[in-house]
Amino acid sequence: MARDTTQLAVLGAGPGGYAAAFYAADLGMQVTLVDEEKNPGGVCLYRGCIPSKALLHVAKVMDEARHASAWGVSFGEPKVDLNKLRAFKQSVVDKLTGGVGQVARMRKVKFIQGRATLAGPKSMKIAGAGGDTELQFEHCILATGSSPTRVPSLALDSPRIMDSTSGLELPDVPKSLLVVGGGYIGLELGTVYATLGSKVSVVEMTAGLLPGADRDLVSVLQKRLETLFSKIMLNTKVVKVAEEKNGIRVTFEPGGPDDRRGGPSGPPSDELFDRVLIAVGRRPNSKIPGLETTGVKVDAKGFIETDGQRRTAEPTIFAIGDVAGEPMLAHKASHEARVAVEAIQGHRAVFEPLAIPAVVFTDPEIAWTGLTEAQAQAEGLDIEVAKFPWAAIGRAITIDRPDGLTKLVLDKKTGRILGVGIAGSGAGELIAEGTLAIEMGVTAEDLKMTIHPHPTLSETLMESAEVFFGQSTHVYKPKRK
Amino acid sequence: MQEFKVPELGENVSQGDVAKILVKVGDTIAREQPVLELETDKATIEVPSSVAGVVKDIRVKQGDKVQVGSVILTVDENGAGAGAPKAAEQAKQGEPAKPAREQEPQPEQRPDQKVVSMPRPPSPAPQASARQGQPEAPRAGGLAAPKPTSEARAGGPAALKLTPEARAEAGPAAPASPSVRRLAREIGVDVNEVHGSGPDGRISQEDVKEHARRILSSVSTTLTRGSGEPATSVPLPDFEKWGPIERQPMSNIRRKTAEHLSHAWTTIPHVTQFAKADITPMEELRAKFRKQVEEAGGNLTVTAVLVKVLAAAVKPFPQFNASLDAGNNAIIYKKYVNVGVAVDTEYGLLVPVIRNADQKNITQIAVEMHQLSEKARAKKLSLDEMSGGGISISNLGGIGGTYFTPIVNWPEVAILGVSRGIVEPVWRAEKFEPRQLLPLSLSYDHRVIDGADAMRFLRWVVEAIEQPFLLSLLG
Repeated sequence: MARDTTQLAVLGAGPGGYAAAFYAADLGMQVTLVDEEKNPGGVCLYRGCIPSKALLHVAKVMDEARHASAWGVSFGEPKVDLNKLRAFKQSVVDKLTGGVGQVARMRKVKFIQGRATLAGPKSMKIAGAGGDTELQFEHCILATGSSPTRVPSLALDSPRIMDSTSGLELPDVPKSLLVVGGGYIGLELGTVYATLGSKVSVVEMTAGLLPGADRDLVSVLQKRLETLFSKIMLNTKVVKVAEEKNGIRVTFEPGGPDDRRGGPSGPPSDELFDRVLIAVGRRPNSKIPGLETTGVKVDAKGFIETDGQRRTAEPTIFAIGDVAGEPMLAHKASHEARVAVEAIQGHRAVFEPLAIPAVVFTDPEIAWTGLTEAQAQAEGLDIEVAKFPWAAIGRAITIDRPDGLTKLVLDKKTGRILGVGIAGSGAGELIAEGTLAIEMGVTAEDLKMTIHPHPTLSETLMESAEVFFGQSTHVYKPKRK
Repeated sequence: MQEFKVPELGENVSQGDVAKILVKVGDTIAREQPVLELETDKATIEVPSSVAGVVKDIRVKQGDKVQVGSVILTVDENGAGAGAPKAAEQAKQGEPAKPAREQEPQPEQRPDQKVVSMPRPPSPAPQASARQGQPEAPRAGGLAAPKPTSEARAGGPAALKLTPEARAEAGPAAPASPSVRRLAREIGVDVNEVHGSGPDGRISQEDVKEHARRILSSVSTTLTRGSGEPATSVPLPDFEKWGPIERQPMSNIRRKTAEHLSHAWTTIPHVTQFAKADITPMEELRAKFRKQVEEAGGNLTVTAVLVKVLAAAVKPFPQFNASLDAGNNAIIYKKYVNVGVAVDTEYGLLVPVIRNADQKNITQIAVEMHQLSEKARAKKLSLDEMSGGGISISNLGGIGGTYFTPIVNWPEVAILGVSRGIVEPVWRAEKFEPRQLLPLSLSYDHRVIDGADAMRFLRWVVEAIEQPFLLSLLG
């Protein structure tokens, strides 16, 4: 067995792990990065954010091409070559993971492909492709990510049952697809399949899609999804799945946890689907082999417990990203990576963002950052909400997408921006300005007085700030008169 | 509609926790009626209303942290009958709104801002909450600002689980950019304490540095933080390794005591000197006049007599009723005699002050002490009643012990510790006699007081105790 030593070992090479490894290397540390894949990238690059966005881009182009007939341009029905589409998606993944691998080499980060087992607070054994290694480290960052949640009652050993990983493989375009779970993963993949031609149904146990997002934003999306999907079943539970010759028979029971009547509120029904996609959430990968040989503690939800610096109960070991807690988002992981590395370097770094943006890449997109209106109300804060409907902005009309809404959650007294929510085409690109505004302590007045380019969708942020003062150029508010 | 805001609470107190709300929406309240109990760093105080009317809206809830100037409730003064016009008038002149904002140069070009406040003449005394140089700028939103920075809002359904070690106490997020927050963290400044000089109290890097400079110059030697722990504290061991433990947050009073005492201990070069006073004659007199004082409503305690003795003793020894202004190389002598008396309560140590003790007789002092200690035990002492002391007494005699080394109650320069009087054989006129002796411990600030003077002072005190006539003769 080969023996090796390193200053920093990073376990897991997703956007948290590789960001930590690269930053540590940039600060002059000797770094070893361990992952089971051939290259760094993790779920995000291999089977998450990146491949799904490649497919969603294709879906959006198809949708626009279809819609173009309304503008007097007709392309005819699209022909989809699934092999080529898969190859495009794969090329995106290969390009990015290969690129990250190359950047790792340029930084002299030692990348080991293998499976690690921790052996106490200062060492691990790696069963690698090129033999076993015993690695001694001064510090370790656990960035092992998360995996799709498995629901035992829906577990069925059938290729017709997919999770997000197999769903992204795009095995075929099923005639009918049931998406279990109305969260962002289910809606994004559902959008891809529906655009490619599947009859998509979504079933969600709670009363609404995208729990956690403000309802006014969700309703913008839901209107469009109701035409794209064949059915959206809310307050509905899946009680049984059974494989039949021609598909999966799914039994539904109305009445979810949000249903006031409590208990099943109607008789069960069933329906046959070609395929079923389970997207009910993700679970932290905290069952790391050998974790019990360290002092690291795992909480009841399976997250590794850390302090504000992302240090675990074992002083030499840190944890970041999905395995260290909600929200399970790549950009949160990358930010935590920097905090943990700085903490290891002895800085007084703390993870204390004022806002973490979240983006749902459906069409229209939904994005929010900072405080949501619902959270503010739940906490009884003295806020004011300023909303600007996209139907009043030139750019939205020129792209024929007036279905959008930009809103600001503001401190009533000071006008400070506490949260931003956007639903609409390209919302994910617009939300960054909101996050910067919150981090910088910007007030509605600052935003209002900042010139925004015309004609762009970013003007909706400026105009929302104007709405706060009752002076929006394009929204007439009689209350001022 | 009238707003009632948190008034000035006392020296160095700019905020408190709402302990109890004493009125509810719909109540008709009068001026001076207590509407709120606030737990400040020093005590729980009842906040009397300065407005009258029918309560329309209560803007705070139990457990909220409120700053001086934040709105507690609004009343409809029209519902208040006769009291109304007065209240309205008072609000016109004295509204302590947006304290820091008014202090800052208000750019004229803000006609569009809803919350614009026209420059007003300075507020009249009791409500003047805007103090120059005090970090009272309304944090973005004061009460309404986002909750702990540690719980960043995120897209995810569940809140972020986080226990940042650098920020023990969560508060509203300070209006500072990430780089400014980092700078503050790196140099050990709590960014929430920094006064922002920018628009709406926004904090710049320069503000953080200025704040740090101020801390360093005001606390001459040691930088303290939290509960008086030095900034470079060594991490605690994991006590659970050796058995079960229980972790309890410090109460405000405990925290303030810890901060205050470590400040006193680290800044004052302490010396403690000891003496015994023969209190046999005094005890006879105490027994003789006890009833009389009781009838007046006080207890003729040893402490009451000692307050009088100290009040007299600082006349010939003015350096014992002084404070050191180290930054300006000056000693401040006080022309008034206020004596602090440490009171042990179940909430912690409190030090009410007997004002102008030199002008009061022992009966008056005894009555006042009785009232103050009752208030202290009921947590009803006002901050005013606990400030302005010139010298203090700490009497542990009720509990026992011989000597101890009390810590000077900074910014005072001396404190007299009193232990239990015991009967001892004393050689008097060729034979041992049983005499009751009172152990005294005098701690003092050696920067202001020389050892010989301290001994003379203590001799003076002992003689005054042993021969009560001296009090009238010299005091």
